[in-house]
Amino acid sequence: MGNTLKKVIAQSWIYGALTPFIIFSAAPFYVMLVTMFKRSHDLFSPTNNPFFLNEPITLEHLDLLFNQTLYMKFLGNTFLVGTAVVVITVLLAVPAALSLSRLAGRWGESVGIGIFLTYLVPPTLLFIPLSRVVSLLGLQNSLWSLVIVYPTFTVPFCTWLMMSFFKSIPKDIEEQALVDGCSRTGAMVKILLPLSVPGIITVVVFAFTLVAHEYIYALAFIQDSAKKTIGIGMTTELVRGDVFYWGALMGGALLASIPVAVLYTIFLDRIISGMTMSGTKR
Amino acid sequence: MANVQLIGIKKHFGGVKAVDGIDLEIKDGEFLALLGPSGSGKTTLMRLVAGLEEPTGGRIVIDGADVNDLAPRERGIAMVFQSYALYPHKTVFGNISFPLSVEKMPKAEMQKKAEWAAGLLGIGHLLDRMPSQISGGERQRVAIARALVRKPKVLLMDEPLSNLDAKVRHTAREELKLFQREINVTTIYVTHDQAEAMGLGDRIAVMHDGTIRQIGTPEAIYHDPANTFVAGFVGIPPMNFLEREGVVIGFRPEALLPAEAVPAEESMRLRFIVERVEDLGSHRLVYGTIGGTKVIANLFFRTPIAEGEERDFAVSNRDLRRFDLRTGERVRP
Repeated sequence: MGNTLKKVIAQSWIYGALTPFIIFSAAPFYVMLVTMFKRSHDLFSPTNNPFFLNEPITLEHLDLLFNQTLYMKFLGNTFLVGTAVVVITVLLAVPAALSLSRLAGRWGESVGIGIFLTYLVPPTLLFIPLSRVVSLLGLQNSLWSLVIVYPTFTVPFCTWLMMSFFKSIPKDIEEQALVDGCSRTGAMVKILLPLSVPGIITVVVFAFTLVAHEYIYALAFIQDSAKKTIGIGMTTELVRGDVFYWGALMGGALLASIPVAVLYTIFLDRIISGMTMSGTKR
Repeated sequence: MANVQLIGIKKHFGGVKAVDGIDLEIKDGEFLALLGPSGSGKTTLMRLVAGLEEPTGGRIVIDGADVNDLAPRERGIAMVFQSYALYPHKTVFGNISFPLSVEKMPKAEMQKKAEWAAGLLGIGHLLDRMPSQISGGERQRVAIARALVRKPKVLLMDEPLSNLDAKVRHTAREELKLFQREINVTTIYVTHDQAEAMGLGDRIAVMHDGTIRQIGTPEAIYHDPANTFVAGFVGIPPMNFLEREGVVIGFRPEALLPAEAVPAEESMRLRFIVERVEDLGSHRLVYGTIGGTKVIANLFFRTPIAEGEERDFAVSNRDLRRFDLRTGERVRP
């Protein structure tokens, strides 16, 4: 009996400590959900409690979002660009990280740092020269401009991420594969890649997230509504002058973030092991 | 099965001469122990044989064929790493059969061979486990089974016992020797533990600073050291050295005995000041000085001796070894 009580107390301590964090992370989702269904009068009346529904719910904001803007098109565009960028990033960053971490020695280390530094140059500066590149390629107002430009920041970041991941895989294991009959490529495909799955998943999720919330380049290179991605589409179509369509903005943000949140939750363990570079259990 | 010849092998990393001109022949079926302190180049030498390092100079010949330009997989060697390097994402069976699956061997044959190798090491019941679910000793066996499954010409082992605890290590050493004899594979075994080298090796090559200082049977290495380095490195405690008449005289701690135990006419008499006695059960280590030089005697446990005592000791002439004062090389009468 005493033991059970102790356990309950110990458990309540843990959950007590966790509660503020849970509230902190869940609050934005809650506010988005509530605002999405609020009538405009309820939303803008300063005497109403902003955290609860004070009047019957309405679907007018969702109607605006889905029927009067190209919300689904924005989502589709984001998904399209995201997928293309993720594929390009993985194809470039994984072999680059592998060769920098395994083959290039001390020199590779400095090149790796150099590559990461390019990630630190802000897009607010880079979009100026890049817009010239985009126009030279004839890609103004095309989703392809984003597919070309986004890897400029996803590839350095992900190369860096994968480099630290590959370094965490003991060299012995790779050499063992060489002795056991593999060529260098064989060792990479048969041993190194399966061991890097947590790292690659991390890269995929990060690259996709970076693309989904990118703003500057999309704003600079895309003009047609039908070609906008979610971040830029929502803010340009649902903020008209100084009128903010809060209900639709919140609804759109919530619906777009749910899949990402689900994805993160499913792969959380693997992402953590990817980030903390504990690729191999010993 | 094959012999291995190293001809003038060199490996320099920048200015560091890790391996500096080594000639060595390992006979078919022989168990050669490469013994040396850390940084002596023994692991580099093994990696050169494996093809994991490219030699700066010299040739490596396995079974009569020059393998300098061959990749590790083409050399017919197998290797057991110090860390065992098991593939963490594969089961024990997956690990052992991996070298066969790379060769695209039919499933049934692969199964048979993997089971043979696992049976040889007594790990047949672990085939479905993951490496993270088995003990250190079992991992070592998996690594050896994986090395043997292809029946390599040469088996290379890099301190395979150093990650085991002392008790397991002792039995593992015994088993290693037994099964090496059984399958009679040419073996190069790297270790810094002289008990392992003495117990396992048909011959021992003692390495220091990238060169081989002596190669011979365990008996020769211990009793007939070629220089002061080998004499001082092999043996626990190491050989005692005294400077006499322009030469270095060496003798093993067990050869330093109370004067009455040694016939007077064929021995060297020494005045021994006892400083400390360490009782190790079956024997005693006696620390002291002779003419100001520190020496250690290894005495039978019944020999009466006390700390602070000053006594006549002697070393029989046949136990004395003479070395050049300057070069440290053995001087033979």
